[in-house]
Amino acid sequence: MPDLPRVAITGAGLTSPNGNSLDEYRAALLAGRSGVQDYEIRYVGKTHAGICDFDALRHQKRKDVRRGTRAGSIAIYCAHEAITDAGVELDRYDPARVGVYTGVTEHGNVETENEIHEVSQYDFDLRYWSHHHNPRTVANNPAGEVTVNMGLRGPAYSLGGACAAGNLGLIQGMQMLQLGAVDFALAGGVSEAIRTFGIFASFRAQGALAEHEVSAKASRPFDQARNGIVIAEGGCLFALERLEDAEKRGARVLGEVVGHCVNSDGTDFVLPDTDGQNACIRGALASAGIEPAGVDVVSTHATSTESGDSAEAAAVRQVFGDHEGVWINNTKSFIGHAMGAAAALELAGNLPSFRDGVVHPTINVEQLDPACKLGGLVVNEPREVGRVETILNMSFGMLGINSAVLVRSHAG
Amino acid sequence: MTREEIVVAIKDIIATINPDEDLSNLTTDEPLREQIDLDSMDFLDIVMELRKLYSVQVPEEDYKELATLDGCVAYLHPLLEDKPLHCAAKA
Repeated sequence: MPDLPRVAITGAGLTSPNGNSLDEYRAALLAGRSGVQDYEIRYVGKTHAGICDFDALRHQKRKDVRRGTRAGSIAIYCAHEAITDAGVELDRYDPARVGVYTGVTEHGNVETENEIHEVSQYDFDLRYWSHHHNPRTVANNPAGEVTVNMGLRGPAYSLGGACAAGNLGLIQGMQMLQLGAVDFALAGGVSEAIRTFGIFASFRAQGALAEHEVSAKASRPFDQARNGIVIAEGGCLFALERLEDAEKRGARVLGEVVGHCVNSDGTDFVLPDTDGQNACIRGALASAGIEPAGVDVVSTHATSTESGDSAEAAAVRQVFGDHEGVWINNTKSFIGHAMGAAAALELAGNLPSFRDGVVHPTINVEQLDPACKLGGLVVNEPREVGRVETILNMSFGMLGINSAVLVRSHAG
Repeated sequence: MTREEIVVAIKDIIATINPDEDLSNLTTDEPLREQIDLDSMDFLDIVMELRKLYSVQVPEEDYKELATLDGCVAYLHPLLEDKPLHCAAKA
């Protein structure tokens, strides 16, 4: 590995189904508060979803909310909040040296479905198809809306990586800082997925959409009775700087990104692969020069599907065995699967453990599936573990994409 | 629709497109784009709303006729005089 500049996370802007700031979100994770609610969407009917209630008008005019997309509004909210959280004035940077990297699972389904619905009301007369369709559906829309909103002129685009995308956004921001292409990056992921019926319908057709009498209990990774995914919207963008720059300005450092890996299973469209995940975790560890026993918290991807959770548990077991002091948790149990935002939100939820030494649990486990039994799994209640120095954040996606990011505490 | 109602209809469409604008002081003879924040995409929204609400097709070569409120009334009145106003606001 070349000797690259070190990169620090100096801020987090987020909207999650259970909080609109890192403090709110962390409090909800420690209190066991779910953000999953009853939800209804056309053609699908009643289901569950993780729904956000951030105030889009805090940083956008009503006209711009209307013109843009939900993913764009989420990205804009997260970008502003990340900058505020980082305690930095954006005008200290050349606007051409600020990058924006939004991980997305998909982008454009919401607007395409809406337009088709709209023209169906006019007998499919395409004169009624909106001129807003293309700027709303281009893949760079969320990052691009941030640049338009904030007057940024640096490289800004989306990273398409199925449900691993939030890590990809973070890694891209890190690499652009290391290359010297930007001086400040807003990087992570966004999801507007609850507004597309197609995603719900496709998971349902696949037998992978969660059902439960109580919405807040529907997302239940590792539970014996888990029966599928709860889809969520949300976003999280991190403020990233080269560590040297962050220290120079006296920034508070939430963590240092010390390793990462992205790989592919090369095996199946939808089924996860333990070997690919294992290789990804080991790749991230190798890139950081960290042994498995050196990891304190493993943030799992588990989405509450039968095959996915057990495949991932096997990979975690293979790498970490029964190392004591490796604590394992899951955030989707609280918020559902925030798709492109999932990895970034899940990492954000764990970062405060550097400060408070507490690991939030995976909730909604009534009976632990023996196939998902892991020595350090923190179940239902948060656990005070003392000093946390290294977090591994895993996120996987369809077509066999795997990602893992390692973040280390930067205590002083 | 009367001429006065056409002004109400246009203002109502603009209020939908750009809810942040104060439309109370619009003059009828100055170009709309010089009085309020209204770009070319917004203008296409006006044309689209006229199509959806009133089934009026405005060909591209006639867009210039809609530059002012007076222009809108002159151009649209023959097309809308037999159609009712569809909006919350009243003339």
